[in-house]
Amino acid sequence: MDTILECRNLSKYYTGLPALYNFNLSLPKGKIIGLLGPNGSGKTTFIKLAAGLLTPTAGTLTINGFAPGIETKSFISYLPERSYFSSWMKVSDILAVFADFYKDFDMARALDMLKRLGISATSKIKTLSKGTKEKVQLVLVMSRRAKLYLLDEPIGGVDPATREYILDTIISNYSEDSTIIISTHLITDIEKVLDDFVFINKGQVVMSGVVDDVRAEKGKSIDELFREVFKC
Amino acid sequence: MAWNFLSDRPIYIQIVEHLKIDIISGKYSLGERLPSVRELAFEAAVNPNTMQRAMSELEESGLVTSQRTTGRFVTENVEILARSKLSLANQIAEDYLHKIGELGYSPQEAVELLKNI
Repeated sequence: MDTILECRNLSKYYTGLPALYNFNLSLPKGKIIGLLGPNGSGKTTFIKLAAGLLTPTAGTLTINGFAPGIETKSFISYLPERSYFSSWMKVSDILAVFADFYKDFDMARALDMLKRLGISATSKIKTLSKGTKEKVQLVLVMSRRAKLYLLDEPIGGVDPATREYILDTIISNYSEDSTIIISTHLITDIEKVLDDFVFINKGQVVMSGVVDDVRAEKGKSIDELFREVFKC
Repeated sequence: MAWNFLSDRPIYIQIVEHLKIDIISGKYSLGERLPSVRELAFEAAVNPNTMQRAMSELEESGLVTSQRTTGRFVTENVEILARSKLSLANQIAEDYLHKIGELGYSPQEAVELLKNI
């Protein structure tokens, strides 16, 4: 099976404290993968390393054979945990930034999704609700024809209807030759869109596998397995 | 509306069951073209890869046939349909016997119960 992302003994320390430690992971192409773990387990650190926003303290991480850098940024579409739009900007300003920065940005697709959401390109960011901002950000990220999508907590902090919209948007934009990594601790909502799962805790991979294999072998959902593995 | 899934079985198997019922109940008629994997995945709110796997399973059962360029169709073979219907009915009957057995009823008593409904 083709690999899109590979980590070998990857470690990241923040002023001496390990956020990731000897992290080993190999992710296949063409799958939707859930990166699941409790708060503070290292999910965001891992995603930021893959997005090239952090550099490893030790070990290696490669995406499609490249270390994170200019090359990988051209085919990775990253949704950060927080919104990074400036409040004075209009939706059209952000569309222009994406069109400028990314060759693979599909403007027609973005406009179509915004239209269906009833969001006008002339709206100012500061007039949008938190949920709407999250939707706009997801629309932008999913409008790129990327090889790898890194979605950090895409459904955190939004209502169930917005969650459904976000999952629908992910499903309908997914193509078989791309890979999507979704980090979250809201497993029930996301389980049915995942192929594979990775449990991480305290900066290390605890368990990984195929969602339907777990259900077939253990007769339980990933949500139930998570509660068992991470029982407090 | 997204489909509901139980947590004790693989999702693709539950999709197969859902689509079998749709076909047997006539939501999709004999020889009718099924929506694409992508459309069905969207309707069920599941991963397209999982829907694809369910489709392969349905093809193996003979209930659905695939034509390379034009898509997937419900079988026109009434025998296959009847067989699937019977096997699904058997499954439901076995479930009933199992559940009612847990309450302490014998199979004979279970049949009597049905007659009195």
